[in-house]
Amino acid sequence: MLSLGSGGAKSTKPSFVSYVTPEEIKSEKDPPKQEKHPDLLPGEVEFCSANPILKYTQDDLSQRGVFGTLFCTNFRVTFISDEKPQEKTDKTFKNKLYGENDIPLMCVDHIYGVYDEKRKLITGGLVKNKYPSKMIIHCKDLRVFQFSLTFSKEEDAKKIFQGIAHHCLEEKSLKCVFAFSYMGTPSPGTDLSFCRGFHCKNKPKLSIVLTVNSTFTLTSIFFFSFFFRMINAVAHNHLYSVKTEDLSESLPNIQDIQQSYNKFKQFFLIENSTDFWLSDVKWFSSLESSGWLDIIRQCLQKAVEVVECLEKDNTNVLITEEEGTDLCCVISSLAQIMLDPYYRTLMGFQSLVQKEWVAGCHAFLDRCNHLHQKDKEYHSPVFLLFLECVWQLVHQHSPAFQFSETYLTVLSDSVHVPVFSTFLFNSSHHRESVMKAESPLAQSGPLSCPTVWDWSVQFDSKAQNFFFNPLYLEKVKHDRAVRKPHKPKHQRNLSLPSTAFKTPPKKGFFKDETDSLKKMLRVKRLSRWRGSPDAPAATTREFFESWQHRPLDYHGLLLPCLDGPAVHIWMQRYLRWIPEVYILGGGSVAVMTKLMELLSQVQDLKRVLEQRDSSQAAKLDHRPYFQHRLLSFDSSGRLSSSFPFAYTCYRSFKPIIPTGLMQSLMVTDSLASQEDEASSVVSFV
Amino acid sequence: MASAPIAPYNSSPLGNSSSPNASRESLKMEPLADVAMLPGEERVIDKDIIYICPFNAAVKGKVFITNYRLYFKNTDSETPVTLDVPLGVISRVEKMGGASSRGENSYGLEITCKDMRNLRFALKQEGHSRRDIFEIIFKYAFPLSHGMQLFAFLSQEKYEENGWNVYEAMEEYRRQVLPNSEWRVTFINKNYELCDTYPTILVVPYKATDEDLRRVAAFRSRCRIPVLSWFHKENHAVIMRCSQPLVGMSGKRNKDDERYLDLIREANGTTKLTIYDARPNVNAVANKATGGGYEGDDAYQNAELVFLDIHNIHVMRESLKKLKDIVYPNVEESHWLSSLESTHWLEHIKLVLSGAIQVADKVSSGSSVVVHCSDGWDRTAQLTSLAMLMLDSYYRTLRGFQVLLEKEWISFGHKFASRIGHGDKNHADQDRSPIFLQFIDCVWQMTKQFPTAFEFNERLLVVILDHLYSCRFGTFLYNCESARESNNVRGKTVSLWSFVNSDTSLYINPFFTPESSRVLYPVASMRHLELWVTYYIRWNPRILHQQQSPVEQRYKELLAVRDQYLKKLEELQLSDSTHLTNSSTPNAATPNQHITHLQTPF
Repeated sequence: MLSLGSGGAKSTKPSFVSYVTPEEIKSEKDPPKQEKHPDLLPGEVEFCSANPILKYTQDDLSQRGVFGTLFCTNFRVTFISDEKPQEKTDKTFKNKLYGENDIPLMCVDHIYGVYDEKRKLITGGLVKNKYPSKMIIHCKDLRVFQFSLTFSKEEDAKKIFQGIAHHCLEEKSLKCVFAFSYMGTPSPGTDLSFCRGFHCKNKPKLSIVLTVNSTFTLTSIFFFSFFFRMINAVAHNHLYSVKTEDLSESLPNIQDIQQSYNKFKQFFLIENSTDFWLSDVKWFSSLESSGWLDIIRQCLQKAVEVVECLEKDNTNVLITEEEGTDLCCVISSLAQIMLDPYYRTLMGFQSLVQKEWVAGCHAFLDRCNHLHQKDKEYHSPVFLLFLECVWQLVHQHSPAFQFSETYLTVLSDSVHVPVFSTFLFNSSHHRESVMKAESPLAQSGPLSCPTVWDWSVQFDSKAQNFFFNPLYLEKVKHDRAVRKPHKPKHQRNLSLPSTAFKTPPKKGFFKDETDSLKKMLRVKRLSRWRGSPDAPAATTREFFESWQHRPLDYHGLLLPCLDGPAVHIWMQRYLRWIPEVYILGGGSVAVMTKLMELLSQVQDLKRVLEQRDSSQAAKLDHRPYFQHRLLSFDSSGRLSSSFPFAYTCYRSFKPIIPTGLMQSLMVTDSLASQEDEASSVVSFV
Repeated sequence: MASAPIAPYNSSPLGNSSSPNASRESLKMEPLADVAMLPGEERVIDKDIIYICPFNAAVKGKVFITNYRLYFKNTDSETPVTLDVPLGVISRVEKMGGASSRGENSYGLEITCKDMRNLRFALKQEGHSRRDIFEIIFKYAFPLSHGMQLFAFLSQEKYEENGWNVYEAMEEYRRQVLPNSEWRVTFINKNYELCDTYPTILVVPYKATDEDLRRVAAFRSRCRIPVLSWFHKENHAVIMRCSQPLVGMSGKRNKDDERYLDLIREANGTTKLTIYDARPNVNAVANKATGGGYEGDDAYQNAELVFLDIHNIHVMRESLKKLKDIVYPNVEESHWLSSLESTHWLEHIKLVLSGAIQVADKVSSGSSVVVHCSDGWDRTAQLTSLAMLMLDSYYRTLRGFQVLLEKEWISFGHKFASRIGHGDKNHADQDRSPIFLQFIDCVWQMTKQFPTAFEFNERLLVVILDHLYSCRFGTFLYNCESARESNNVRGKTVSLWSFVNSDTSLYINPFFTPESSRVLYPVASMRHLELWVTYYIRWNPRILHQQQSPVEQRYKELLAVRDQYLKKLEELQLSDSTHLTNSSTPNAATPNQHITHLQTPF
């Protein structure tokens, strides 16, 4: 690493001042520049590159950086350091598709250029004339990259900047998404290790996904029949009572969600220490002003209301919204997670997402804005909102979930990895028609495209162990039978995949059906549901309290506490890249390490006992701990609280001392100037 | 604990008096309703009353007042509702409503507590029914205002260990490798003649004579001269604590004080001594008007002065008051985060922690530091003890933490009596302030950030805070050691540590991993600081309280399984050895090797 300028002394000024010209650097680094190239994925094509580019390392208070080459390919923006990679960077939790210096094009959120100390947001138009001295990239997974373009040749710098801006910001067609190049490549012969792993592992996993799909078809058919049965039931003297809930009336719309998240994420896109401490001052009120946590709370609250109807009042609930593919997905999936422990397992959760979101026609392509369309109306982080809500549940009732928060974080990142088809389309039909059209060889059938659920594409099995929550205990089998009678009730919980088998013209017959159903049901609505906004909250509160007073069953109904102090920030996702908040040797990972050590001891002991005497071992109780995967933590050095995401290898073991403290506390009260002791007697001896 | 765990607002963390401890035979417990009375506790009055529970409806029941506690038990329904409140917790008793007040339950008592709750009781309106109970509570809650003794002096509790022996100053200094060639122990304050709020044993620079100390005392507020708090064994840097210099408006200087600070600097060859003034700069300046001030650049040339911007006791008191407003009885709903921010409580925590981080960082980099505020018994105690907690892993053990409190807070004269107002009716006393609570909150923040670094758990911190107010133990009574000595606190009262150490298993953090040479730097950012919900909002049943964290529960289960397996293995080994004597099987050696290999990491 090169330390320039201030040489380690605290420099509070955020801008980088270089006292070294590129020529000097070149002469310093004498060995002939050997061309470094990124290891390309199959189908990946390099567009342009520039060298030397300085990448600032965020880890330090001083403005330091690493020199290297910046590439832009059809998959990612990648930076390859000139320095020899340290052996230590061999991580347990490594993404096989992209590393810490890679930004998948789809993952780029905003690009800023610094022109003469002024920061400007780059949009299409600005690109042509000038290139900035510094390029700042904000990623959708909240990483921030800062590159200095001043050291490389002017034309190179211009080219790379324009290339990146073009490929990350300009509107493009779906065909240009990397997934299509990736899956179109013939796989045999590639020497990339993940490919082998992928292809042999693909088959069984894919079949699981297929079953999920077929299940969905079944449930959909069930939906239809149920629908009509329900209409009949309501018409012919209510065998079931039904409540309808129009989410567009009671929850924020997708634009609100988008706006709120845009505000919220800014608090985590930290470019330097000064910014960090400045924003620390009004941290809580900033968070609140974004309204994001409140939206999470509202969604969870709504889901609890739905659960209350199903569970307490034995009433069916029909949730509707204009298209039925945004908040309906959120609320319906949340309710199912609260009601059915199956959806709290990893497989169950994946099938839930597949069922309610992918097959349920959530418009991922539009909502995630994978194609950088300028029309902002359709963008909204609805799926992320859902994951946020799930995280709250995981955070409050960790032992009830088979998957970990790391799993959720990785899933939220994977939405923006353009290798998977799962989150790439607006509906199943959309997906099918695109796949058919794109298939180069019609006879070989539609293209196969990795699904995001094939985690081996991204992580090896050791890393995948981090997806599992070591606190989860499977329920003993025989209890399942007891639960069965409840099952049908859960399925009555309806989501409306209004576009299930019809595509773009979104207002299909299903919508009409919904409307007529709504009309019919209008009479049947219970007044309190529609009553003053406080009314449902009060009864829901009662419902929550009565649930809370019962002994907690992690395999039963699960409700979130929604009081102010109980709703937290998803620290792992949002703070993982900010070095200022790394607790070296602390955080929950410290406890997990201990737990894993003990678990492996116990497992070893059990093995020894079994070896000794198998009959003895049979007598040992069948505690479910032994199914747990052992997480391997890097034993080298101390882990920081942001494990397994960021590794602190550069920062010295120095505390971070907050700056700008006085700005924070402007106690204007007259009390502040008072003396500690009322009678300020100072003794003179 | 008498109450059922179903209703958390019943649970009294103080109810440990009834904790099953069969070994204490001397404890004769008389049944008082459900709760066992403490030895020395006497019943004063019983009365039918209505408890107006803020979380439920009004509850009819009976209240029992003893010379130690207020105990309420409902009589109207099956689900038990109980209250068990030590009278020491009460800061204020008021009558609410009059004999002619209308409305249900409008006539009664309102009790304000020091532990973040208020209690309301209603009585029958006829016949001055509240007069006697009001007077009794008023009298027994504030015994010092009525010429009576605090309960700690009446308690007859006996414990195996005498907690007063937890801290012996000489022993603690010897642990720090003191005295040595640079630092000496002085008995100049043997009779509290040098400084009446300091302990008798002090550690000062070797080169400073007792005469020097006397002259320095004349220049320091309340004669609280710079004395050693902590000594870094490797780099010999020290933490010194003191009060502000008496600079005054005229900018007085004192050669002896200047020379004395230079002696401190010289002791380990520090090039520049760092003086941390805990106050905001403006306050330090303002103090000149009352004769105080700070060390000026020109007078103390080999020292640099850093202000840590921590506010005074009044600001902290108001901040906590605001916090109570938003958490009790109901948690502010719609604007929780901005309300929390507006209390500034966490910001104050941040400032105290970041001050302590700076102190610890300076010391671990090899420079000696001097810490003071105005009088050196509030903010100074917070800073030195937190820095010591960061630097010295000993203080992170259950014993070590007790020593730390005894040393930095109790022996060095944090004015517990004034800050808490034990047994005193003057609830609006300007001297009261939650400085110690704030410190414990900082410790809690550290335990949250480093869950494996502390031997003790959250429960210990809560118990300490509960007995900070309860007046059941003598530990936190009086303002300084000289007052404690003249009232024979050691002889007449029981130490909190006697109680705590009688069952340490309750306070042990199972994840504790001793790491001796590690400096612990918490992150003093609002991103990581959180409200200590399980303390401040513990009375609210709606806030999810997990009795034990799931991770901790699982860990303890696994520990039990491990022990079970180890026992089995041992049995097998034993039977093996008997087998071996009978018939020597060559295979038998292999599992044995396995076992020894396995046992090493435990």
